[in-house]
Amino acid sequence: MPSPETRVGQPLISLRDVHLSFGSNRVLKGIDLDVQRGQAVSIIGPSGSGKSTILRCITGLLPTERGSIRVGDTDVHALKSEAQRIELRKRVGFVFQQYNLFPHLSVLENLVIAPRKVLGETATNAEKHARELLAKVRMEHKADAYPGQLSGGQQQRVAIARALAMRPELILFDEVTSALDPETVGEVLTVIRELTEEGMTCVLVTHEMRFAEDISDVVYFTENGLIVEHGSPEHIFQRPTNERTQTFLRHALGDAGRRPVASGDPFLLSNISRYSLSV
Amino acid sequence: MAIDSPVSLPLGWPRRHPGKLVLLAAVLLWLVFGAPKSPVFAALREWSPALAAGFGQNILISLLAIAIGSVLGLLVGALAVSPLWITRLPAKIWVQVFRNAPWLVLIYFTTYVFPFELHIGKSWISFPDWVKVTLGLALPASANVAEIFRGAIGSIPSTQWEAARSLAFTRAQIFRSIILPQCFKRMLPPWMNLYAVITMGTALASLVGVHDLIDTAQIASNTVNRTGFTVLIYFSVLALFFAYCYPISRFTQFLERRYAFS
Ligand SMILES: Nc1ncnc2c1ncn2[C@@H]1O[C@H](COP(=O)(O)OP(=O)(O)O)[C@@H](O)[C@H]1O
Ligand SMILES: [Mg+2]
Repeated sequence: MPSPETRVGQPLISLRDVHLSFGSNRVLKGIDLDVQRGQAVSIIGPSGSGKSTILRCITGLLPTERGSIRVGDTDVHALKSEAQRIELRKRVGFVFQQYNLFPHLSVLENLVIAPRKVLGETATNAEKHARELLAKVRMEHKADAYPGQLSGGQQQRVAIARALAMRPELILFDEVTSALDPETVGEVLTVIRELTEEGMTCVLVTHEMRFAEDISDVVYFTENGLIVEHGSPEHIFQRPTNERTQTFLRHALGDAGRRPVASGDPFLLSNISRYSLSV
Repeated sequence: MAIDSPVSLPLGWPRRHPGKLVLLAAVLLWLVFGAPKSPVFAALREWSPALAAGFGQNILISLLAIAIGSVLGLLVGALAVSPLWITRLPAKIWVQVFRNAPWLVLIYFTTYVFPFELHIGKSWISFPDWVKVTLGLALPASANVAEIFRGAIGSIPSTQWEAARSLAFTRAQIFRSIILPQCFKRMLPPWMNLYAVITMGTALASLVGVHDLIDTAQIASNTVNRTGFTVLIYFSVLALFFAYCYPISRFTQFLERRYAFS
């Protein structure tokens, strides 16, 4: 049962003390995380810290050992059968780092297959919706192409449209730009930005720090299976209080990636203190 | 000569293989203009309808064996990838036994262990030897098809399963709509390769008295009883098998190259 105070704000997603191990490898060691409906929440942290595992737990692809996960009214940790987890996954979209489009199907078929087979939509409706979504991600001209004929950025935009075709309540993005050429990262981020602006609930695992700072309502920093620090993007990126967060951001942002603060003064004290603290 | 005007030929093949074409043309020219005077070739021409009929028997056996073997192999392969060990075990045993037994032993087995006739109701159904040989070849074919099938399924990256699961597909739906269609494409080259090998394996049929190409060649050789003819007729046998299997193997290589990029 979720504790009373989580019901108050009615978060759409709520994780409490989630634990998970792969054999003797303890990957999640007590994760607490809340996502309100309509929010964009980013999870940042070093690789291997359990970010993908968190997303997989939320959509029931991995079973948790301890703790609770609630998505809407569904207690994910208590789901017993695959049929129940399938009901959950109809409501939760997932976009992967490697796109994972179905290579034997055309772009349009990739979008149509799940609504047809899983939701039982008619061919006409599913195709109409699919073409709308392709226009939304600016891929309508490639409806009949096969995934192998597309660039990484194009494939990823199709993968986002494929997730949207199920009309999900929320979408989980797992490092969706990490495998892309630098020049195609922007087109994918633009699509995600538009989704968040339309009020789609999004959870993003990302290494694009500037993007996360721009679009997120809340940012979580994970390390070693724990949430080290969370708060507004301003808090995490400009005034992180935890030393580990500071060290990570110093490496992740570098000097070039560092975002100038609002005042435009590069010598602002808060900016400098971040470096002095982590030396 | 044909190679002087390669432009008129629609395919690229003749241009890339002029040597083979010249050789083929030379052999044909010699057969047409030089050979008829020789009594050895006259005998070959006399025997050629029988040889063709014999080779027809080989091809019939090979086609039936791959057909039966494929259906059986897909069933066994489906059992082999099931999540239940109780169905996996017999499939595994089937594959190991029939993949590792010499084909000739399996042919002897089906020929001499299977009943010659089957009693159904009041009627007797008799199995000619060539059917038994077909079954003997279908057994190792099925084991190999099962292995090819299992390998193809294993070669589909697990991320395809995960993507389909995240879209709320059931296991059965993933299998039908996502995994199987990708498998058949990957199975085609090794499956055709297997067919070529089985066709060569039909040469064993003569050992249990089936009137196939080898058996006909043997009879012809004994009847004509001339060394030159014996050499020639076995060359013809070789050429027939080669002419049948080589295009298959080339086409397989072509498919493998094409799929390597997709
Ligand atoms: N399927 C799995 N089996 C075993 N170990 C896994 C599996 N998936 C992830 N891990 C391990 O869990 C840890 C966290 O992985 P992951 O959640 O992918 O981290 P991140 O996404 O933050 O890079 C890593 O040490 C990884 O090796
Ligand atoms: Mg990851």
